[in-house]
Order: sequence, then C-alpha cells, then structure tokens
Amino acid sequence: MENEKHHIVPYRLYIFVLIALLALTFLSIAITGIELGSLTVAGALAFASVKTFLVLRYFMHLKYDKPYIVAMVIFVFAIFVVTIVVTFLDYLYR
Amino acid sequence: MNSTSVANEANYLKYKGKYKGLLGWIFSTDHKRIGLLYLYSMAIMFSVGVLLGLAMKLELLAPGKTIMEAQTYNATFTVHGVIMIFMVVVPGLPAVFGNFLLPIMIGAKDVAFPKLNLLSWWFYVAGVFLVLSAILFGSGTPDTGWTFYAPYSFKSGTNLLPAIFGAFILGFSSILTGLNFLVTIHRLRCPGLKWTKLPLFVWTLYGTAWIQLLATPVVGITLVLVALERIFGVGVFDPALGGDPILYQHLFWIYSHPAVYIMILPAMGAISEIIPTFSQKHIFGYKAIIASTMAIAFVGYLVWGHHMFTAGMSGTAQYYFSLLTFLVAIPSAIKVFNWISTMYKGSINIQTPFYWAVSFIFVFMIGGLSGLVLGALAANIYVHDTAFVVAHFHYIVFGGTGFAFFAAIHYWFPKIFGRMYDKTWANTGWLIFFIGFVTLYSPMFYLGMMGMPRRYYDYLQEFHGGNILSTIGSWILVTGFVIIIVNLVRSASKGPKAEMNPWHGKTLEWTVPSPPPLENFDEIPVIEENDGPYNYK
Ligand code: HEM
Ligand SMILES: [Cu+2]
Repeated sequence: MENEKHHIVPYRLYIFVLIALLALTFLSIAITGIELGSLTVAGALAFASVKTFLVLRYFMHLKYDKPYIVAMVIFVFAIFVVTIVVTFLDYLYR
Repeated sequence: MNSTSVANEANYLKYKGKYKGLLGWIFSTDHKRIGLLYLYSMAIMFSVGVLLGLAMKLELLAPGKTIMEAQTYNATFTVHGVIMIFMVVVPGLPAVFGNFLLPIMIGAKDVAFPKLNLLSWWFYVAGVFLVLSAILFGSGTPDTGWTFYAPYSFKSGTNLLPAIFGAFILGFSSILTGLNFLVTIHRLRCPGLKWTKLPLFVWTLYGTAWIQLLATPVVGITLVLVALERIFGVGVFDPALGGDPILYQHLFWIYSHPAVYIMILPAMGAISEIIPTFSQKHIFGYKAIIASTMAIAFVGYLVWGHHMFTAGMSGTAQYYFSLLTFLVAIPSAIKVFNWISTMYKGSINIQTPFYWAVSFIFVFMIGGLSGLVLGALAANIYVHDTAFVVAHFHYIVFGGTGFAFFAAIHYWFPKIFGRMYDKTWANTGWLIFFIGFVTLYSPMFYLGMMGMPRRYYDYLQEFHGGNILSTIGSWILVTGFVIIIVNLVRSASKGPKAEMNPWHGKTLEWTVPSPPPLENFDEIPVIEENDGPYNYK
C-alpha cells in the first residue's frame, strides 16, 4: 500500500540500549540478594518489564512504526495482564 | 474475460508449475491448492474420527462390555477427541475456505506469505503423523481424554509424549495460519476495499486469526510443561512436588475456551455469507455482526474458568466466570437475530447450502442455550462431567462448525471445482444427516440430566433406552454422511460444468471464473464507492 518511511538507527543507540539491558539484568540478579520477601518477585518482574519495553521500542522498532501497530502490541499486553489478574481471582481467594 | 496474463491461462486445478502430479500439489504455494490439501487431509481425519465415534456408540448400545474393554474405550474417546478437535475443527473453515477464499474475497493474488502457508500444512501433516505414532507404537494408546488433564497426564503409563508433541506441532500450524491471515487482511486488500466493505466471512477470519495467534502459544507451553513433568518431574503440576494440578486446568482452558471461538467464528462467517445470498437480500445489521464478532473474540478470552467450576477454584472466581459466561451469549444471540432478520421478507431461494444454514441456526441455538445451563453455577455442579456436556458441545461444535462446514462446501463447491453436485442427493443427504444428528445427541441431554457420567464404557440399566436411541441415531447420521461424501466426490470430477455465479452471490469470488485461474484476477479489482459485499437491489 503506502510507502513506508525507513529510519536509519545509529549504532550508538543500539549500544546504549544493550548496556541498559545488561545493567538491568545485573540489577534483577542483585535484588534477589536483598531480603524483600514476596516483593522480590515483583522487583525482578519490574526490571524484566523495563527490559521488555526497551527491546520492543528500539530493537523491534516500535518507536518508528505506525501508531496502529503500537496499539496492537499494547492490546496484546493488556490481554496478557488481564488473563493473569483473572487467574489470581482464583489463587488469592481460595 | 478480457486479456489473460500468462499465469492465468489455466485454472488452478490444471496449472502446471515446477513439479508434476502429486508433487505439484504438496509443494504448491498457491492458496487454493493449499486449501484443497487441507480439505482432503481433514476429510480423511474426519472419517477416521467418525469411525471411532461409531465404535464408541456401538459399545454403549448395551450396559457392560459390548464390543471393547474399558481401557480400549478410554483410548478410543481420547483419539476421537484429539482428532476431531485438533485436526478437524480447529483448522476447520479457515484452513480450507479461508485459504481458498480470503485472497479472492479481498481482491488479492495470494496470501501475504505463501511459503509460510505451505509450511502450515506441512506442520499439520507432521502433527497428524506424530499423534498416529502414539497410537501405533510404544506402551499403549493415550487414555487421558483430549484435555490431557494433570495429574493423570504425567502419571498414565500410555505413550503420551508423541501425542502431546503432535498437538504442539498442530498448534504451530494454527498460529502460522493466523499470522498469515492477519497480515493478508491488513496489507493486501484491493484498492477501495475499506474495512467496512469486507465480506463478513473475512471479518470472522480476522477475529479468529487474533485468537489463533494469541491463545495457541498458551497451550503449546502447557503441553511442554506436561512433557517436562513426565520426563524430569519438574513439579509444576504435581502436588507431591508442591505443584498445582488446577494450574494445568487454568492454562489448558485459557487456550481451549478461546479455541472454541476459533471453531465457531468462521462458521458464523460462512453462515453470514450464505443467508443473504439465498435470501437475495442485503445482510441485516452488517456492522452489528462485525461488532459481535470482535466482541466474541475478545470476551472469549475471559471465561475459561467455566470448565473448572467443580475443580475446587475460589468462590470469587466462580462468580466472575459465571457472570462473563453469560455475557458471551449476547453477541452470539445478536448474530442469530441478524440472520433471521435477513431472511425476513427476503426472496428465498431454497437450495442445499440454505438447508444447511438454517439447520445450523437451529442446532446452534440449542447448543448455545444449553451452554447457559452449564454456565449457571448451581446447574453446572449437577450436570458437569455428564452426558449433558457431551450433548452441549456436540450440538455446538458438530452442529455448529460441522453444519457450517457442510453449508460452506455446498455453497462454494461450484467455485472450487467448477462443477455442480447433484442437488437431489445433496438434499437427501442433508435430511438424513440432520435426523441422525438430532437422534444421536438429543438423548444425551436427558441422560446427562438423569446422571449418566461421561467417559465411561458402562452405565446403569436405567440409561439403556436413551443409549439405544442415541446409537441408532449414529447409524442414521453416518448414512447421511456417506451419501453426502459420495455425491460430492463423484461430482467433483463428473458433475455438470458450473457457471461463474450459480447462486447470484455478490462477493468478489463470484466475479472470477469457476474454477479460478492461478492468480485469481487478471487485473486487481478496484472497489467503487457504491460497491459492497451484499449489494442486492
Ligand atoms: C453461548 C455460548 C456458550 C456457553 C455459555 C458455553 C458454556 C459451556 C460450559 C459452562 C461448559 C463446561 C461444562 C462442564 O464441563 O461442566 C462448556 C463445555 C464445552 N463447550 Fe461450551 N459454551 C458455549 C459455546 C460453545 C461453543 C461456541 C463451542 C465450540 C464451538 C463450545 C464447546 C464446548 C466444548 C468442546 C466443551 C467441553 C469441553 C470438555 O470438557 O471436553 N461451547 N460450554
Ligand atoms: Cu468454554
């Protein structure tokens, strides 16, 4: 259909993102060393979410894609989150 | 037809590509040939499934052992279920009619990824052979039921791994088809074909494709976990190791409830094409049908727990799942009202596809309403795991998806094969099939309410009468089935030549020759402002 715009992403940006991902990985390992109880999992998941966001936005080019593609990805994540919340309607109230 | 491009000189059935004969089919990336590959492979698997079903009904003709042992019965319903669900109704209409028609209906030459499309079929075949190998080799045919419930699925001594792996591969086939259709619908619509001008069958393929893409990976991962549990005893589902068997049920139904919409949505789409054509009238509530399709696809993700009411889930979850289950019934009912309103004051042209379509509405309503009985918490505890559930889902899966499939094959047959079937035999087959169907499954509602459990090879004396009736129904049904198949197979090669548009359909596939040429269109069609899929005057 329409012509796509092509973005040339500088290597520098990719390297920044890579460093950020590695740093976050070490952080999520480090957090398990601190005694946080059940919050440990939440912490690790929080770091993982930030990493996912970075990968999607830069490595998978969402930043440069059309808004409807972004909307689709958000929608899919929303379903994923709702599914987990609903499952926990069972586990938390059993 | 005006000038014909080189590729379009022969129709897709005759076209000679790089390979000849059978190879020219199994390596063809033409969406129409792939659609037929699916049709033939699914017809074979369906026939195997029917034979297993007949065997089970014969066993239930009398209490006690009739023709097989309990263990054989368990294996029979497992293989029957796995074949019918994963190899027949899940690929279902999208694999056959979606492949064949989607590109033509949107004015494209093929799907977006033709090679991926062929790969889907190869995955399908690989999955089929893996499951069959579980039957033929190893320590006995799987006996867990198509649901592979934990903990039994990792305790059973039978040869489950190949079956699980086969279902996993079949899942991949489904995911690839969904992905392909999504991209095709987004990217390959011909000029002027806006979203609000897409035929309703295409809309249902679109909704279905999302479910295929998003729900199927869940069952894939779940099956891998069962395999890991069997091989390494990782303890995700095994209570002895701190796991939770109910988690298996959650994961399984997170896929398998949306999967029932994979089965039924395209069926509804086909019915939405057939009803206006034979009512010779514009479809009533085009946008309402689209909205209900997307609503079903969406809400369908959120109701899986209604399969687990008696499994020991929390009361909060039970209320939630029951409430939402009632909600999904609304969009389904909207469609039924729209079909009926389409027929109202139409000039109805009664033909075989129309018979199938109206009987679809009839059985679909009984199936759907019995679903509401099951969705009510109190009633569910009473009839869960009885023959009532078996009646419910056969009414809706076989009566819904199955009838719609027969409606679709009788509707698009002249387009696909360029020949017409014998209408008298087709109508006779339909009538016998319909009578057989109702006789076979209706008694199960009664038997279930009286307390006959499902998945047993034996029953109490008091259930004998209903079971005899049901078994007789299975014989009537198979008689109709044989008539239908023989008629279609004969007519595909011997029937009289069909016109381009025998039913006066208004969608794009009726503007190309029957059978369509290799690349469908000589020139990509352009949709004008006033053109639309159902423009009946
Ligand atoms: C109005 C819509 C529907 C409602 C309210 C509904 C409700 C239910 C409920 C509550 C059950 C669980 C029964 C039990 O085990 O106790 C069930 C089972 C089932 N339903 Fe439906 N259903 C609906 C539509 C469908 C459709 C459209 C399909 C397929 C095309 C379908 C296929 C099945 C299958 C296969 C099972 C049994 C699975 C098994 O345990 O082996 N249902 N349904
Ligand atoms: Cu369900």
